[in-house]
Amino acid sequence: MVSFEMSDEQKMVQETVASFATDQIEPIMRECDESETVPGEVIAKGWELGLLGGCIPEEYEGFGEEISALTNQIALEELAWGDLSIALHLMAPSVLAISVLDQGTEEQKKQLLPLFCEEEYKAASCAVIEPYYNFCASALKTTAVRDGEEYVINGSKCLVPLAQESGNLLVFATTTPGMGFSGVDAFIVPGGAKGMNIGEREKNMGVKALSTYPVTFKDCRVPTAARLGGSSGCDFLRVLSRSRLGLSALAVGMSRRALEHSIDYATQRVAFGEPIGSRQAIAFMIAEMAIEVDAARLLAWEAAWRCDNGIEFEKEAALAKNYAADTAMMVCDRGVQIMGGHGYVRDNPVELWFRNARGFASFEGFVMV
Amino acid sequence: MIDFELSPRIKATKNMVHMFAEQAVRPVARQYDENEHEKPWDLLKMVQKVMGGGIAGALGSPEKKEKKEDEEPKEKKPKETNLAGAITVEEIFWGDAGIALAFPGPGLGGAAVQASGTPEQKEKFLARFAAEEPAWGAMAITEPEAGSDTANLKTSAVLDGDEWVINGEKIFVTSGKSALEDSEGFVVVWATIDKSAGRAGIKPFIVEHGTPGMQITKIEDKMGIRCSDTVSISFMDCRIPKENILGSAEVVDKTKTEGFKKVMATFDATRPLVAAMAIGVGQASLDFMRQKLTEEGVELRYGINPHRMTSLERDVMQMEADLKAARLLTWRALWMLDNGLRNDLQSSMAKAKAGLAVTRITQKAVELMGPLGYSRELLLEKWMRDSKINDIFEGTGQIQLLITARRLLGFSREQLK
Repeated sequence: MVSFEMSDEQKMVQETVASFATDQIEPIMRECDESETVPGEVIAKGWELGLLGGCIPEEYEGFGEEISALTNQIALEELAWGDLSIALHLMAPSVLAISVLDQGTEEQKKQLLPLFCEEEYKAASCAVIEPYYNFCASALKTTAVRDGEEYVINGSKCLVPLAQESGNLLVFATTTPGMGFSGVDAFIVPGGAKGMNIGEREKNMGVKALSTYPVTFKDCRVPTAARLGGSSGCDFLRVLSRSRLGLSALAVGMSRRALEHSIDYATQRVAFGEPIGSRQAIAFMIAEMAIEVDAARLLAWEAAWRCDNGIEFEKEAALAKNYAADTAMMVCDRGVQIMGGHGYVRDNPVELWFRNARGFASFEGFVMV
Repeated sequence: MIDFELSPRIKATKNMVHMFAEQAVRPVARQYDENEHEKPWDLLKMVQKVMGGGIAGALGSPEKKEKKEDEEPKEKKPKETNLAGAITVEEIFWGDAGIALAFPGPGLGGAAVQASGTPEQKEKFLARFAAEEPAWGAMAITEPEAGSDTANLKTSAVLDGDEWVINGEKIFVTSGKSALEDSEGFVVVWATIDKSAGRAGIKPFIVEHGTPGMQITKIEDKMGIRCSDTVSISFMDCRIPKENILGSAEVVDKTKTEGFKKVMATFDATRPLVAAMAIGVGQASLDFMRQKLTEEGVELRYGINPHRMTSLERDVMQMEADLKAARLLTWRALWMLDNGLRNDLQSSMAKAKAGLAVTRITQKAVELMGPLGYSRELLLEKWMRDSKINDIFEGTGQIQLLITARRLLGFSREQLK
C-alpha cells in the first residue's frame, strides 16, 4: 500500500545522520574544499555511526541490520546535505563492501566484509570511469583477459576516489568485448598490486576535498578468485544501478541544502525596499527548485524501493540518477543566480555546491547503497 | 514504511477502469472531439448506472453513508480514498480527457458542498448524484475580469427577506450546461455579499437548475477537451433560498477569512486530481509512442551514458522521468490528504509539475512521431490539445508556483504578489 512515511528505523537513521552532518560536516565544508583534505577525525566520527557495518550480516562481523537501499539513501541524502566530498570519502568503502555483499562469493564475503565492520575506517574504492570523452560504462576499454588461473588487466582509469589509501579496489574491465554491460566483470585488486600504477592526485573543479587518482593497469595479474562473483561473474548493470541509487540520493541532499540556503537568502536580502523573494522572478525559481528536489527524491526512493523489493530497478535507477544530476545542477546554478555576485565569491557556499553539482554527470560507481 | 505498491483493492479498480477506458471510452474519443457540443449519452448513462455518482471520490466524493449501529465493525480499511480516486481518474483520462470530464457527477460544485455544506445541504444536494439519471454539479468562480484573483469578483448576492438575489456574470464554468440544462444539477456560484470586505465578503451559493434569472449565455468552442462543456452564465436578479449559502453568511474581520479558506481547501483535494488527469493523458501519449517505436523495431537503451543515446532516446527518457516525477508528487499529495496531513504545498507542487510536464510530454510526442503525431487520424494530436488545459484550469501553473513560493518563503499574499 502506497505510503510516504519512513519506518521508525529510517527516521532514526535520518535524525542521527542529520545531526552529524549539521554538527560535524557542514561547519568544515569550506575549509575542506580549500585545503583539499578531509580531517581523519571527522571520518572516524562518521564511521562510528555504523552506516556501512549496519548493513553487513553478523556472520561477517557486521551489526546485521537488513540491508536497505532506501534506508541507505536516506542516510546519504543527509550526509550530502552536509558536504558532498566528505560524504563520498566516508562512504567510499561501501562500493566494495556492498558489491561483495550483494554479488560476491562466500569466500569473498568472508575475506572482505569483516574489514568494514571494524572500529576503524578502512578506505576502499572503485575504478569504473575511464579518461576519455563520451565515456560509457557499457563500453569499457579496460580489459581483463583470462590466462590460466589468472586474469590479466590492462587499461586506464580515472576519478578513482582514495586510490592511494585504499586497501582494495574494485576494478571493472571488459571480459567479453562487444557484449555491453554483460561483458563487464569486476575484480578485487589489492592496493599495491603489481602492474597497477596510481598516478598523481587529480585536480577537479569540485569535490576538491575528495582525493581522486588516475590508475593504470599494465599486465596486472589477479587470481581468478578475485573476480567478483567467482566463476559466474557479476551483474555489472546491477552494481552500477546500486551506485546510481546512491548518487541520486547524494544529488538530492546537496540540492536540498542549496535550496534551503536560497530560501534563507531570498527572505533576508532586501532590494528595492523588500526581500528579493517578494519578486516572482526569484520566487518562481525557488518554487521550481523545490518541486524538482522533491521529484528527484521520490524518483530515487521509488527506484531504491524496487531494488529492496526484488523488482527490476535498473531502468528506474538510471532515470533517477540522471534526473537528480540535472536537478542538482539546475538548483545550484539558480542558487548562485539568486545570490548574484554574492553567490560567485568563495565566502558563499553556493559556488562550492555549483562546482560540485556538475560532477554528477561524470560520477559512476562512487558510492553504493 | 515507504511503499510504492498500490493496494490490491486499488490495483483491482485500476485494472477494471483501464479496461473500461480502453473498450468504452477510447473508441469514441475522436468522434466526440470532432463533433463538439455533442455528448455520448449512452455512455454517460451507463457510467451513471455502473458508477452511481460518477467517478466516485474523484471529482468530489458523495457523502458516505452513516454506519448502522448494529453493523459489525468492518476490518479497518486503509486510508486511501483520495489516492484511489486519483488512480481512477488517471485511467479514465488515459481513455479520453474530454469524455472523462463530461462524466456525470458532483464535480467541483459537489466538492464545495462536501467541504463546507451543512448536513442538510449535503443530504439535499448530493443525493441526486446516486440517482438513476445522470446529474452534474458545477462551480462558477471565474468572471471576465477575475479568475484566480478571487478577491476581485464582482458577482453580488444581496439578502432580500428569505432570499439571496444574485447578479453578475460567470465564465468558464465546466459542465455548466450539463448541470443546468441537461440534468437536474446545480452550480455553486461565488459571489460577494460585501464588496468592501474583499476576500472575506466572498461566499459560495448553491443555485439549482431551472432557477429563474439564471441563463447560459455562451457555450465555448475549445482547443481540446471538447466533449466537456464550458459555458458562461449570467445572473439577473436570480433569487435563491436564504439557506443555499455554503458556510456562514457573516462577513468576518478581513484578516480572518476562515470560511473562504475552508472552501479554498477544497482545492487541496482537487488539484492533485487535476494532476492525475494530466498524467493519464501523458501516459496515453507515452504508451502510444512506445508502441509505434516497438513496431518500428526501435529499442530504447536506458543504462548507457545519456550522451551516447540517440536524441530520441534522451527525449523519451526525460519524458518518462518527468511523468513519473509528476505521478509520485501527486501520490504524495493525496497520501497526505488521506492521512489527515496538511497538503496545500504538496498539492500545488504536484499540480504545477504535472501541468507543465504533461504539456511538454504531449507536445514532444507529437514532434517525435512526425506525421503520426500531427495526423487527426490518430489521437496524439488530440492529447496534446487536451492536456494543455491541465496547466490552466484549477489554477494555472504560475498560480501554483506562487502558492508554492509563498509557503516556502513564508510570505503572505501581500508580501509576494
